[in-house]
Amino acid sequence: MKQKNYKGWLYLLPAIVFLGVFMVYPLIDVIIYSFEEGYSFVTQKSTGTGLYNFQYVLHDTYFVQALRNTFIIVIITVPVSTGLALLISLALSSVKPLRNAFQTIYFLPYVTNTLAVGLVFMVLFKKTEYTDGMVNLLIHLFGGKTVDFIDGPYWAKMFVMCLYTVWIVLPFKILILTSALASVKEDYYKAARVDGTRPSRIFFKITLPMISPMIFYLVITGFIGAFKAYSDEVALFGTDLNSAGMNTMVGYVYDMLYGNSGGYPSFASAAALILFAVVFTITCINLMVSRNKIHY
Amino acid sequence: MKITLEHLTKRFPNRNKKIKEDVIAASDLTFEIPDGKLIGLLGPSGCGKSTTLNLISGLETPTEGRIYFGDNDVTDVPPENRGVGLVFQNYALYPHLTVEDNIAFPLGNLRGKDKLTKEQMHERALEAAKLVQIDTLMERKPNELSGGQQQRVAIARALVKMPSVLLLDEPLSNLDARLRLQTREELSRIQHETGITTIFVTHDQEEAMSISDMIVVMKEGVIHQIGKPQEVYDHPGNLFVAKFLGTPPINVFEGEIRDGKVYIGDEAVLDAPNGSANATPGNTDGASADADSYRKIYVGIRPEGFIPDENGALTVKLNKIEVMGRDTSIVAEHPAFTGTTIRAIVPSEDVEGITGETVRFSLKPKKVHLFDHETEETI
Repeated sequence: MKQKNYKGWLYLLPAIVFLGVFMVYPLIDVIIYSFEEGYSFVTQKSTGTGLYNFQYVLHDTYFVQALRNTFIIVIITVPVSTGLALLISLALSSVKPLRNAFQTIYFLPYVTNTLAVGLVFMVLFKKTEYTDGMVNLLIHLFGGKTVDFIDGPYWAKMFVMCLYTVWIVLPFKILILTSALASVKEDYYKAARVDGTRPSRIFFKITLPMISPMIFYLVITGFIGAFKAYSDEVALFGTDLNSAGMNTMVGYVYDMLYGNSGGYPSFASAAALILFAVVFTITCINLMVSRNKIHY
Repeated sequence: MKITLEHLTKRFPNRNKKIKEDVIAASDLTFEIPDGKLIGLLGPSGCGKSTTLNLISGLETPTEGRIYFGDNDVTDVPPENRGVGLVFQNYALYPHLTVEDNIAFPLGNLRGKDKLTKEQMHERALEAAKLVQIDTLMERKPNELSGGQQQRVAIARALVKMPSVLLLDEPLSNLDARLRLQTREELSRIQHETGITTIFVTHDQEEAMSISDMIVVMKEGVIHQIGKPQEVYDHPGNLFVAKFLGTPPINVFEGEIRDGKVYIGDEAVLDAPNGSANATPGNTDGASADADSYRKIYVGIRPEGFIPDENGALTVKLNKIEVMGRDTSIVAEHPAFTGTTIRAIVPSEDVEGITGETVRFSLKPKKVHLFDHETEETI
C-alpha cells in the first residue's frame, strides 16, 4: 500500500495547487504584511518588522468605532434573528392552509439583491427634502417627532442597521429551522400527547433539544456572518462609512486597502488578523458552550 | 379494564383528490376485550389494525361508533386522560434523554396533587425498569442500547404511569429473529405480572398465535374473525383467515361437492358434511346430501392434514422431499391447486416408502376446510 501513496497525492494535486495559490499563500502573505512596518505600495519595500501596525490600528479611532459597531450588530442581530426565525418557523409548521404562500413570502428577502433591499429601506427611512420617509409618516401618525434614520443620531442609524440585518438573514434561518422542525418524527409528539405532556414541556424537552444542532449551526454561522458584515452597511449609508460613523471591521479593512484613505496593506492586514482573532475566539467559546447544551 | 368497541368506523379523506370516496380504515368494528387479557390484532399491512390501536389510544377520533373503557364512554376523552400506555413501532424514545429520564418522562407531566418529587419519580422509574429488566442501564442514552433493550425502555415508559390499558404497535417487528422469540416470551410474562389489559398489533400470525389470549383477524378495515388462537386456527371462518394463519400456509385446491362427496379433480377425497351442498346454509330440511346437488368450492388442507397412504384418495405429483429434522415436508403439484406448490408436513418416519413420481395421501377430516367458491365463507 505504501508505495502507491503517491497516486492519492496525484489526485489531490489540483485541489492542493488551487488552495495553495488562492488561499494558503495569501493567508501567509497577510500575516507577513501585518508585521512589516512602513511598507509602501510603490516601492514594494518596508522599513522593518514589528508590532507597529497593530498598535496603530488599535489606537485608530475609526477602527475602535468599527469594532464597536460590529460588536453591537453581532450581539443584537444574532439572538434576535435566531429567536424570531424560531418563532416564525414554529408558527409556519403549525398552520396548514397557506403555509406555502407564507413560506414563499418569508423567503423573498433571501433572493433579493442587497442593494435593492437597501433602496427599499431608503424609501422607508430616508429623509429628503420632499418626504420624511414612510416610517416617519407612521411616527407622525402616533404623534411623534421626525427622526433622521440615515443621517441622524447614532442610535437611529444603528436601529436601521440592525433591523436591516435581521430582516436579511431571517429567510435562511427560517428555511433551516422549518426543515429541522419537519424532521422531528411525529411519533415523539404522539408519545408525548398520550402521556399528557403540556405544550411548553413538549417544546423545551422535545422540540428544542431535537433541533438544537440546527440552532447551533445557525448561531455559529450567524456570528461569523455578522462579524463579516460590510455590504449591508454600504447599501444603507453609502461608501463613506467612517464619516457616517457606521463602519464595520471588514469595512475598515477595505478602506485601508482601497478606499479614499487607502493604500496601507500593512494596516489592513493587521486589522484583518484582529478580526480573525475575534471571530476565532467567539467561535471557540460557542463550541465550548454548545458541547454541554447540544445533544447527539 | 374491559374494553368495548361499538360500531367503530374511521374514514379518511382520499389522498387522491380526484376520488371523492373516503378511505375506510376501520369499518363497523364491534367487539369486547375482556379485562386483563393479551389481545393480538392481526392482519396484513394496511388492514386498519394500527388505526384501530390509534382509535383506542385516542390519537385518532372515530368517524362513527363508541369506545368504552369499563363502563365509561371514552370516545371523546383526549388520549392523556384515558390512562393508556402506548409503545410505538420504532419505540419513539427521546434520543437526548437517558434511559431513566425517558422512563420518568410521563411522570414529569403529573400536576397538582399527583405531582411527584424527584425521589418518587426515581423510585417509580426504577420499579418499571426492574419489571422489564433494564435497571442496570439507567444512565445510558437510547443509541447506546440494542434494539431489544430500546424496546424494553419503551415498554417501561408506557408502564411507569400505571396505565389501565397497554397498547403496542408492532412491538417485535424491529427485532431480529432470535430476539423476537425472547421478547415475545417477555411480553407475555410482563402482561401476566402486571395483569394490564394489553392489545398488540402485528402482521406476523405466529407471533399473535403464540402469546395472545385472543386474536382479532382483520383485513381491509373489517374484522374477519375473533377468538382464541387455536380455535381460529382450527375453525377458520373464511378462506382469508384460513390462508393467513399457519406456516407453511394452508393448501387450497379448486374443488366441488357432488353426490355427497368432496371432489378434488376427479378424486373423491372426503364425504361432504351434511347440507354442505346447498348454496343456502341453514336450509337443511331433507335437502341434505342431495344426489344431484352440485357446488363449486375451495378445499383447504392444512400441511399437517396429509397422511401418506398407498390407498389414499388424493394423488399428487411429487416434486421433492425436504427433510427438516423432526418433520419432513413433501413438496408436490396438482392441477387443481390454486397456488404453485403444495406443501405437506409429515412425520419423518412416514416418508420412507415414498418414491416415484406421484404420492397418494389420505386426509385428516379435521384439517380439511371447505369454502364456498363465491363468498369464500366456510361451509
